[in-house]
Amino acid sequence: MAKKLIKFVKKHFEDQVLDSHSRLGNDTVVIERDRLAEIVERLRDDEKTQMDFLRAITCVDYMHRDPRFEVVYVLYSIEFKHMLTLRVVVSEDDCKVPTISHLYGCAGWTEREVWDMYGVEFVDHPDLRRVLLYQEFEGHPLRKDYGKQDAQPRIELLSRERDSVEEFNVFVKNKPAEGSRDN
Amino acid sequence: MAEDIYEPIDQDVHTEPMILQMGPSHPATHGTVRFTLTLEGEKIIKCETEVGYLHRGFEKEVENSTWTQVFPYTDRLNYVSPLLNNFGYSLAVERLLEIDVPPRCNWIRTLMGEISRLSDHLTCTGAAALELGAMSAFLYAIEGRELVWDLIEEVTGARLTVSYGRIGGLKDDLTEGFEERWKYTKKRLFEIREEIGQLLTRNRIFLDRFQGTGVLTPDMALSYGYTGPCLRSTGVDYDVRKDHPYFMYDEVDFDVPVGSKGDNYDRYLVRMDEIVQSIRIIDQCLEKMEPGPINSDDPRVMLPEKEKVYNTIEGMISHFKIIFEGIQVPPGEVYSYTEAGNGELGYYIVSNGTGKPWKIHVRSPSLIMMGGIHKLIEGGLIADIIPTFDTVNMIGGECDK
Amino acid sequence: MGLEHQLPEVLTTRLESAVNWARKYSLFQYPFVTACCGMEYMATASARYDIARFGAEIPRFSPRQADLLWVVGTVNHKLGPMLRRIYEQMAEPKWVMAFGVCASTGGFYDNYATIQGIDKIIPVDVYIPGCPPRPEQVIDGLMKLQDKIQQEPWRKYDYEQKVRQRDERPASEPLFEKIDRKKERG
Ligand code: SF4
Repeated sequence: MAKKLIKFVKKHFEDQVLDSHSRLGNDTVVIERDRLAEIVERLRDDEKTQMDFLRAITCVDYMHRDPRFEVVYVLYSIEFKHMLTLRVVVSEDDCKVPTISHLYGCAGWTEREVWDMYGVEFVDHPDLRRVLLYQEFEGHPLRKDYGKQDAQPRIELLSRERDSVEEFNVFVKNKPAEGSRDN
Repeated sequence: MAEDIYEPIDQDVHTEPMILQMGPSHPATHGTVRFTLTLEGEKIIKCETEVGYLHRGFEKEVENSTWTQVFPYTDRLNYVSPLLNNFGYSLAVERLLEIDVPPRCNWIRTLMGEISRLSDHLTCTGAAALELGAMSAFLYAIEGRELVWDLIEEVTGARLTVSYGRIGGLKDDLTEGFEERWKYTKKRLFEIREEIGQLLTRNRIFLDRFQGTGVLTPDMALSYGYTGPCLRSTGVDYDVRKDHPYFMYDEVDFDVPVGSKGDNYDRYLVRMDEIVQSIRIIDQCLEKMEPGPINSDDPRVMLPEKEKVYNTIEGMISHFKIIFEGIQVPPGEVYSYTEAGNGELGYYIVSNGTGKPWKIHVRSPSLIMMGGIHKLIEGGLIADIIPTFDTVNMIGGECDK
Repeated sequence: MGLEHQLPEVLTTRLESAVNWARKYSLFQYPFVTACCGMEYMATASARYDIARFGAEIPRFSPRQADLLWVVGTVNHKLGPMLRRIYEQMAEPKWVMAFGVCASTGGFYDNYATIQGIDKIIPVDVYIPGCPPRPEQVIDGLMKLQDKIQQEPWRKYDYEQKVRQRDERPASEPLFEKIDRKKERG
């Protein structure tokens, strides 16, 4: 069974495949990113593959390599019980991958997680927000150049809200309303 | 009936959808999830989920520890069944190292893993009952869990955060008299399961709140990546233990309970049935287990015996190297998956050949399930959120990593 | 209450200890449960360890009705503002208990995401160490808190005094003192 899926991808998308190998029970194909959605759709819908289950999307940061990031998709078929790992290399300057969130429901959130943690942008994703961290957070913590302890305390980031209360208090104190006891 | 009464009123009264915030510190959302609900009367027309209130930087933290130091962190992923996480991680690293562990180790992993699954299912059922107001069912379930934890404590030395797995083996063998204690626990567990069943399974209130709420269809479940009891309740019998047997699951005989409707009630029934199957597996493990070593003899991963460490220089150096530099895992990457309490727990591990992992990604079933939970909630009533959320069994540590 | 200021001092001491006695055995708690410690919290609350023996079994999920805040589990920077708000919403007298090392000091999560101990954002009365603490330890912590409550003088809650102080301060002074953490560490 092992090489069947790799052959399948190679047969139909010859020019997209950069590399492939099969090791430790994981079949892996490294592909160009441009037609990713098409490839995944083909794998999902074709009679012979039926990869109807997206196990995970993640990203690896190879700090000092040239295409710095590698986005990993793990597909699985409940029917045939086979698994294929797709890898897409992305460089740091052009950190974009086409989305597959219209193909799998769960891709929406896993892509958001990758964006949150690594800053890889998924083009055409309907709702690309942070998922585990908060909106005020700057940077992407799982990148290797993000310091482990660089916290961005949200209380301090949100403290503007508190300041407005203080300002209001100060304002009220300085200008007592007419007839108030402080006069 | 109810529609008839309200129809004329609805026509004249101008209504607007109302926005309601639920959580994060809400008893029914386990303190770590926030729902932003758009309501039309009692009906939910839109639900937005926000997670991350327990994000503890698991992945960043493990990149800065050695391979063995990762175990305590895995404990705290799904903290209701820490042993399953431990063993899933050891399996992943062992795949990358391409080492085999002795059969007894695999037997113990199977056994202890199932014990942990018992604790998970009992807690989930008990908490679901508690949040619907059935305090007594909760007390029984927690009593059952205490019994299970007693066993775990006896073998591993801790109640909850056990760190019992090791790469290439285990911390310890089973204790003497474990079988005796298991017999007692088993008897009690059956009683407790019976008692919970009597309190809930045919209870009118419980049925009204569980049946037909939070319905999941098989297609939707697959597309949204649901696994574990949630997927099985829809009738898809995908179970990693059966489909891709690891440890000793291919040598024991057990059934995979499946539901048909995919509603909360089916999820509850699947969990209750899985308790019985887990007990069956544990019994068979104890029967078929044979004495033998529990650790692999590969010098790359195992610490040398204390005798050698104190008396020979090679032993000492090897001990020193494994402790300080960590186990040297060959470069490469692997996706390894096991069946945890909530579904498929996958580890995508990348090693660059040093003592520290380059990357460990956890495919946590909870996070993925939270991505699709709005599908279960939308169209229902506010009160249905609570049973739905409970039977999906989101665990904060695992969801937010 | 106001009443205590009109009574002679001998009487207030008596009354104080009587009221404190009542307070310490009827702690209404707000469980701010986030993480793994919550499992031990459940164990403590249920049949085998039975926290009801200490009068602290009733969880109130509204901060207005609670007077003991249990912070059970890790609090990260995303959740911090909520914890602060809940604390501020609770009515005096109120006590806070840090359950587990994560709540006390951040535990072994020392990274960008977690708050290194909830005492960075709210005051804490009792710290219970352990990851997670065993139920026995939790009960010990609860008893420590009860002792503390018994010792508490009413002066602590002299609101009139506090309000007067607040109103008399110059307007330019900030209402809340900002803690300069770097300075504290020296
Ligand atoms: S102290 Fe330990 S058990 Fe408690 S929340 Fe923190 S990591 Fe979890």
